[in-house]
Order: sequence, then structure tokens, then C-alpha cells
Amino acid sequence: MDNVSDAVHYIFLAAAACFVLGLHLMNHPRTARRGNSLSAGAMAVAIGATVWLVADEGVISRTGWLVLVTGGLFGAALGLWAARAVQMTAMPQLVSVFNAVGGGAAALIAVNDLLQAEDAALLGARVSLPGALDIVIGAVTFSGSLIAAGKLQGVVSGAPVVFPGARLLNVLLPAAFVVGAVWLVLAPDSRTALYGLVAVALLFGVTMVLPIGGADMPVVIALLNAFTGSAVAMAGFVLNETALIIAGMLVSASGGILTKLMADAMNRSIANIVIGGFGTGDSAPAATGSGAPAQVRSVSADDVAIQLAYARKVVFVPGYGLAAAQAQHELGDLAKLLTDHGVDVSYAVHPVAGRMPGHMNVLLAEANVPYTQLKEMDDVNPEFPQADVALVIGANDVTNPIARRPGNAVSGMPILDVDKAKSVVVIKRSMGHGYAGIDNELYTDPKTGMFFTDAKKGLSELKAAVGEFVG
Amino acid sequence: MNNLDLLTAITVFVLSVLVGIEVISKVPATLHTPLMSGSNSVHGIVVIGAMLIAAESHTWLGYVLAFVAMAFGAMNVVGGYVVTDRMLEMFKARPTSEKEV
Repeated sequence: MDNVSDAVHYIFLAAAACFVLGLHLMNHPRTARRGNSLSAGAMAVAIGATVWLVADEGVISRTGWLVLVTGGLFGAALGLWAARAVQMTAMPQLVSVFNAVGGGAAALIAVNDLLQAEDAALLGARVSLPGALDIVIGAVTFSGSLIAAGKLQGVVSGAPVVFPGARLLNVLLPAAFVVGAVWLVLAPDSRTALYGLVAVALLFGVTMVLPIGGADMPVVIALLNAFTGSAVAMAGFVLNETALIIAGMLVSASGGILTKLMADAMNRSIANIVIGGFGTGDSAPAATGSGAPAQVRSVSADDVAIQLAYARKVVFVPGYGLAAAQAQHELGDLAKLLTDHGVDVSYAVHPVAGRMPGHMNVLLAEANVPYTQLKEMDDVNPEFPQADVALVIGANDVTNPIARRPGNAVSGMPILDVDKAKSVVVIKRSMGHGYAGIDNELYTDPKTGMFFTDAKKGLSELKAAVGEFVG
Repeated sequence: MNNLDLLTAITVFVLSVLVGIEVISKVPATLHTPLMSGSNSVHGIVVIGAMLIAAESHTWLGYVLAFVAMAFGAMNVVGGYVVTDRMLEMFKARPTSEKEV
């Protein structure tokens, strides 16, 4: 080991420390942007240091430099373009794609390392075991994340795709890659084992994500994020680079925590989601409320506008329907109008609102909503009894009081206590069901008014009507 | 290259998970999307691995794999940080008054 290598590794250590600090700064919206810049700066320095290391070692060929620079520039340009062009509603797809390429790169590192080894047969388990794990996790993440992105984008059917034998395949494939991985560890020079393992893992990524319904995507994305982190850490073991191990495991921890939070918020186990069966429509509809059509009270824009204009405290409850209708700007404008009129406004955001963890907050922030008005479930629930009006836009299952009682599809799911508000208005196109496929008791509550319209149109009408009262 | 022994590497591995859990469990749900995309860019450190692989490659297959790994890794890093910054920029304590009231 020479001095340059030493210096570079100290730089890596400093970069790793900055990654941790950067994530730490993410604990408040005020400091988060600085945290991200710190992390990005550290990454740039680490990459620069690696160029220095590679140049100093001098084993790189001319073609190697060409590959390094052109590949890097090509990827950077593509990433930059995608990051600039993406719509905030399409954020989950983009994060999935970045996740896919990260996992893919990690898998390629292990593949290349095994191919380049001068005498691969002599590689010990110290390299071949993490190598095999890297390939499996990285390749599963790569194809799985691409399928997830496709589902989110609507290129691949968002409905759970189940074909005959799918479940059997999902049992056989993991068995196949356990066999493949053991084979590769025992015979690191076997090309059959190497390519076979890559193929099986890629296939498993596809068959794992295809049967999962669109509503479960927040959990899937978080889980795949955790996978990528582990794959990168495994690449760190293969290359003997602690920086990759540290960064990879930080991400893995983050993905793991988010997966758990999302699964808890949906009241389901991670295994249950991956195995599927929820929201597939194959479960029998719940017996409750399936009798005579329930009585609901329909209200007009003017009725709602009067309620809002004379309220002291209003809580908005946005759900995915809001994002799907691209109505977050209309909601932001309405809220601003009320705030300026002296109404206390806040937003109750359920953890699974949107298509990835925290997605709804980003959409609202884009619509110029100050983060001080964005409330998490546990903070906002005690506020509902004081709210004069709770306005629900495009949220369904997460507001259903039936979840507090046992024996139905959403039992035990943490919900927003919308029914505790003094009055409730629901903007909804029809009496259709949510993902759980059951009736929402909130809609038939005597204090609930149903405003049947499209979210975007309804909010514009409300804004105009409220404007007349307060203007 | 540093010749870490396995025990050291595993120690680093375990401690990193614990640090990660400690730091990340303090992030509010409001910021979960930027957190995810930000941590996503952190695993873009894989680009460093891709660079080391490019340095050791001396066959056509190796070059092709290294090129793809470089492109993937660079896309992950650059795109991840830029999009996270774009999102965090939108989180403001007070609404800016560019919109009509």
C-alpha cells in the first residue's frame, strides 16, 4: 500500500462521515437541502479521489480511461436530464429507475470481478460469497425496480399480474439461485454458474414484482431500495472498499425502516405484500354494508364554500386521488385563500398517501404549501375534534372508521380520525370503493356531505365560491 | 488496495447499519420521499466500484461491462442528487407570493 492509496482511503472515510451527517440534516425541512448538498459534495470529492487513485496505480489502459470517462459522462447526462424533466407525480418511477441502475451497477461489479480474476478458481469464499450475494440481490433489484417503475408509469399493468404457476415459480426460483450461488461460491471460475445465476436472479425480480398490486408500491419501492443498499455493500466486500460497505448499509437501513413504516401503515406484513393477494379483487367482499344502498347527503360547491368560509379550523385530507387528478395546485390555492382569510389550515397526510413514502408531501410542497401546515398522522389525529370542517379529497380507505373494529379487510389499519371532526366534506367522483373494496362508513355519517365531482374541477369551483364570500 | 481482514469489514458493516437506523429513524414522514431519493444517491457510491473495475478491465467483455456499470452508477449519482435538491427546494416554511390570491 502506498501513500496515495492511504490518502484516498482517508478521503473515503471523510466522505462516508459526510453521508451520515447529510442524512442527519434530513431530520428537518429547514436543514435538509444543506444535508443533500453536503452529501453530494462528499460524493464528488470521493469520485475525484478515485480518479487520482486509478491514475496513480497506472494499471488502467487507454481504453479503460475512455470507457470510464464516456460511460460516466453518458450516465451523468442521462441522470441530469431525467432529474430535471421529471414531474413530481412521476417521482416514484424515477426513484425506482435510479434504484434499478444502482442495483445493476452493483451486480455488474461482481460479475466483472469474477470474469477478470486471473485465477478465479483460486478465489476464496471471502470474495466469491459476497460476489454471489451481490449478483443475486443486484440483479433482482435491477429487474424488479424496472417492473415497479413500469407499473407506476402504466407501461406494465398496475393490477397484480398472476399467471398459472406464478406462486410455484416464486418458490422454485429462489431455490434455483440458492443452488446457483452455492455452485458459484464453490467454483468461482464456472461461467455456467455465473451466467445462470444472473439469469435466474433477473427472472426472479420480474416474477416477484409482477403479482404485486399498484396500491402496494410504496412498500415495494422501499424494499427494493433496501435491496440495492445491500447489493452495494456486497460489492464493497468484493472490492475490499469500506466506503461502499458504509454507504450501502446506510441506504439499506433507510430502506428497511421505510419498508417497515409503510407496511405498518397498511397494517400488513412485508411477507404478505410480497406474496400478494390484497387488492387483487379475488378476496370476497366484506359482508358489512352490502345490503341496501346507504343514504348519503349530497352537497354543492356553494354549501361547502359557506362552511369553509365560516370555519375557524379546516383540515384537508389529501389522498392519491388528488395526485391522480393533478389537483394539488388548486388545493394549495384554496388553502392560501382560507389562510389569508384567517382560517387555521392544516393537511393531514397519511403515511401511505401517494405512490411512495412521503410522496403526498412533495406534491403539496410543489403546490406552494408551507411545510409547517403538513401534519403527520399521529400529530394531526388529536386535532380533528377541534376542526370545524375536514375536507377529504381523493382519500378513501385511510379514513374509514370501520378499521377500528375487527373482522374486515382494513381492521387494525391506522387511520386518520376524520369522523371526529365537527363536519366532514368528501370530494369524490362516485361512491366507488377504495383498494380494500369495502364501503366507507364515513360517507354515510350524518355529518358528512358528499361533493360528487372531479377533484380538480371541484376544488376550482370551491376556490371561486369561497372567493365570493371572503373577497 | 487496502487489505482489510474480514472481521474489520463485517464490523464496519454492522456498525453502519446501526448508525443508519439511528440517523434515519429521526427523519419526519414529511421528508420520506427526499430521504429515499437522497439515500438512493448515496448508494450511487457504487460508481467508485465501477471506476475501479474499469481500471482493471483488459478484455472487450470487461470494457463493455465497465461502461454499462459506469453509466448506471453515474446516472444514479447525478440524477439522484439533482432530483433530491429539486424536491427539497420546494419545502418552504412560508408560501412565496408568486401566485395570485
